[in-house]
Amino acid sequence: MKALILVGGYGTRLRPLTLSVPKPLVDFCNKPILLHQVEALVKAGVDHVVLAVSYMSELLEREMRIQEQRLGIRISLSHEKEPLGTAGPLALARELLNIDNEPFFVLNSDVICDFPFKDLLQFHRNHGKEGTIVVTRVEEPSKYGVVVFETESGRIHRFVEKPQVFVSNKINAGIYIFNPSMLSRIQLRPTSIEKEIFPVMAEEGHLYAMELQGFWMDIGQPKDFLTGMCMYLQSVRQHAPERLRTGPGFLGNVVVDPTAQIGENCTIGPNVTIGAGVVVEDGVRIKRCTVMKGARVRSHSWLESCIVGWSSSVGQWVRMENVTVLGEDVIVNDELYLNGANVLPHKSINESVPEPRIIM
Amino acid sequence: MLKAVILIGGPQKGTRFRPLSFEVPKPLFPVAGVPMLQHHIEACAKVPNMKEILLIGFFQPNEELTRFLCNAQQEFKISIRYLQEYAALGTGGGIYHFRDQIVSGNPEAFFVLNADVCSAFPLAEMLSFQKEHGEPNSCVILGTTANRKQSMNYGCIVENEETNEVLHYVEKPSTFVSDIINCGIYLFNPDIFQHIGTVFQKNQQDMLLEEPTNGWHRAEAIRLEQDIFTALAGQGKLYVYKTLSFWSQIKSAGSAIYASRLYLNQYHTTHPERLALNKEGGPKISGNVYIHPTANIDPTAMLGPNVSIGTGVTIGAGVRVRESIILHGATLQDHCCVLNSIVGWDSTIGKWARVEGTPSDPNPNDPYAKIDSETLFREGKLTPSITILGCNVNIPCEVIILNSIVLPHKDLNRSFKNQIIL
Repeated sequence: MKALILVGGYGTRLRPLTLSVPKPLVDFCNKPILLHQVEALVKAGVDHVVLAVSYMSELLEREMRIQEQRLGIRISLSHEKEPLGTAGPLALARELLNIDNEPFFVLNSDVICDFPFKDLLQFHRNHGKEGTIVVTRVEEPSKYGVVVFETESGRIHRFVEKPQVFVSNKINAGIYIFNPSMLSRIQLRPTSIEKEIFPVMAEEGHLYAMELQGFWMDIGQPKDFLTGMCMYLQSVRQHAPERLRTGPGFLGNVVVDPTAQIGENCTIGPNVTIGAGVVVEDGVRIKRCTVMKGARVRSHSWLESCIVGWSSSVGQWVRMENVTVLGEDVIVNDELYLNGANVLPHKSINESVPEPRIIM
Repeated sequence: MLKAVILIGGPQKGTRFRPLSFEVPKPLFPVAGVPMLQHHIEACAKVPNMKEILLIGFFQPNEELTRFLCNAQQEFKISIRYLQEYAALGTGGGIYHFRDQIVSGNPEAFFVLNADVCSAFPLAEMLSFQKEHGEPNSCVILGTTANRKQSMNYGCIVENEETNEVLHYVEKPSTFVSDIINCGIYLFNPDIFQHIGTVFQKNQQDMLLEEPTNGWHRAEAIRLEQDIFTALAGQGKLYVYKTLSFWSQIKSAGSAIYASRLYLNQYHTTHPERLALNKEGGPKISGNVYIHPTANIDPTAMLGPNVSIGTGVTIGAGVRVRESIILHGATLQDHCCVLNSIVGWDSTIGKWARVEGTPSDPNPNDPYAKIDSETLFREGKLTPSITILGCNVNIPCEVIILNSIVLPHKDLNRSFKNQIIL
């Protein structure tokens, strides 16, 4: 089976992290975002993953060669020379997706959830039509485009953009499965799959919706990245609690890489992921944060709702909060206060940032 | 023989020092570990031939003041008395009212010091200056150089550069007059009372021409600066001794931290025993730090520079304190961080909390810069200042209190920034 992942462009919304690595390789809960998706696809029987990218990155290519070996699958990069929207990349990769009569998966690369690929395939085979999209429930449907469908069969009636009157609380989760025949609907030009393709398919009775069980999050920006992390860790607690670090000094759902070192008298958690080789010195308090590979947090600091980028160093008695994001190799000097700071890579910070802003 | 008078003001004064002056009369607020006034008394007691120190003000005598006077007399082995004015009589009116007490015993001269200044108090230098430069019965003002802009917030002195005679004196001019400012420290001889008496009598005569309302009080309220110095300037009776040693006003609470720094620095020569050292099993000390012997400090804490820790303070593991005054009985729990703040008596700061202010230090690149007598609000917004926790304030764990003033006896339950919390 095959899958196409819509990776797209530079991942500007996830800067400053994406200034150092392509978005698919940004670590989410100690694993590159892309691998969460690829590994789930492999489990469902996918043996060929196509990445639709709009810019080429040697780092990404090299990493994909490694993953091909590790997972025993084929990974292709399909490079669009000009932006093709959300449908165009399917046309571009037509030859790769079309080689047999098997359905293929399509997903947005920003989405994190308990990927339901096996159930999706089963559901899709059962109704026998051209496409199925996964939908997820939201609290405020008026902010999104919602999907109106038959509860029993899943057959989609229509899509309503930002409904002012309640019609549905289910939105497109960015995860699809299609029969190859669907490719004939798409031409090689910039096209929106949501606005130009899906409404037609629904009209013809060829599009079905499957409701997602469990959490779902678009982690394309730092604030949502952290919310997605909390959801993911809660899901780990339900499905693989042995992966969580427990014991004195750990609260709630915490994942710590085995190579990380945690000092004395720290309180870590709830909702923290600590990457490989990270050093957390004595007396540190961390909650609702991601601390990436090779970073150091020095003693008595306090961190809440932050992303500490690769190999960054946070000084002693530092306070960081309110979605402060440190890019790669940032140094925060002792005793500073960072409130919602967005710090670009390789920067040394010597002054507090009392109000949210970007530090170039 | 000599005497000294310290003008300590009263409860209506020092409102810029709130909320700290709710708990203790401002002159007794600890600066560099000892009451503000003690620095004055110590300097006076050191002057040879000093026989008596008189405090003049309009505080009701209270236990704290009495205890302080009692202790100071014993420590400095000198007579110290408090003379209470019946009302606020001004800087000249107070000494005039108590002139009999001052001149009894026939001192040849006496110092007058304002309590709300911090200084190296070069009193001996002022005496020799008077002997060398002045006429026998002249008065001496201690002066220092300010920058042009800030000078206008002070009493400004124009001198004869050769003789140091004061040619002109003006209090807080609206345009630039001189960069030599009045330090609020004077050397007088008993003749000064004739000059004040002249003003008093003129005031009384003026009174008679008006309707009689509280006349006596109004005649006796006399300001040294506007009423006396302005008149004496250019008469060959008033001289300025300019000092290069440290000096600052202590008007706002923010300036108390700056004054503490100046005094702590002076301790290297005057009281090295008051400066904490890095010792095995003790906290890490950076720069000048005063720790009262009764304070209990975890060895993993890090203090300084410019930190004063009062009696019975408890400081937990991994606590950081810099540029701050911690008053007696306060508790700083593990890992908390206190920067540019005054932590009030018996207050508690929770684990990993951060209490931080913005220093109001003079521009370090301008040798003549003074601390700005800042206003609390500018354009309707609280200006960032040091953070002050009043007496018995509780700060919960893990919050931040930034640039805020918390009035006494408050239990906060969240973070606050740039606010006055009533």
